[in-house]
Amino acid sequence: MAEAEKEKLTIAILSGDLERALAAFMLATTGASMGMDVTMFFTFWGLNIIKKNEGTLKSTGLMRKMMNILNRGGSKRLALSKFHMFGMGTAMMKKFMKETHMPSIDEFISMSQEMGVKMIACTTTCGVMGLAAEPETFRPEVWNMSGAAYFLNEARQSKVTLFI
Amino acid sequence: MKSDQSIDCMGLYCPMPIVRTMAKIKEMKTGEVLEVVADDKGIKLDMPAWAESTGNEYLGEEEEGDEIKVYVKKSHD
Repeated sequence: MAEAEKEKLTIAILSGDLERALAAFMLATTGASMGMDVTMFFTFWGLNIIKKNEGTLKSTGLMRKMMNILNRGGSKRLALSKFHMFGMGTAMMKKFMKETHMPSIDEFISMSQEMGVKMIACTTTCGVMGLAAEPETFRPEVWNMSGAAYFLNEARQSKVTLFI
Repeated sequence: MKSDQSIDCMGLYCPMPIVRTMAKIKEMKTGEVLEVVADDKGIKLDMPAWAESTGNEYLGEEEEGDEIKVYVKKSHD
């Protein structure tokens, strides 16, 4: 496969639910394994997936700071959309994932980066979600930050575009 | 079936067998055959689909008890 004829796969992730994040990374890593150029665009609650796990998140103003405490995010804090049951359901699913040798979100993120998947944080929704649109907000694996135009331009050239 | 290389994907589910197949195929020479041993039944449809979209040749499958062996020939660099 020559570089020029690579097909593109673009995935927009709006959700910070654990199962949706998993589905997105399964498709991203599979797409990369199928020789596709993969771009993942994280927006709204999806930003939670790629927030750094440690430390405080920078934001300005009391309300934004409060929102960042209540909606801390980070790969280790993602919860199931159903069956969370104050963490018991999510813990159970993580146990099952381990038993079936499924990678964790953390492992999926580093695997995706190694496979050349481009992870992009949406700057516009950073504002809405009370986050500072700076690289320090996110994990180092995040490739860049952009707005809707970059996503649409990628989607326009993509054979497959998914909204998760 | 005869193969040049083999990877053990027993106990692994989608997408890991496919991810490992791609990583292994990259190291191999054109014309060589890769055997993938897995127990996830999804591989029977996944591997031919992977081969089709990457332009490699799917040679077939063999089943022994829980073990599913699928064979792919690297068709190009």
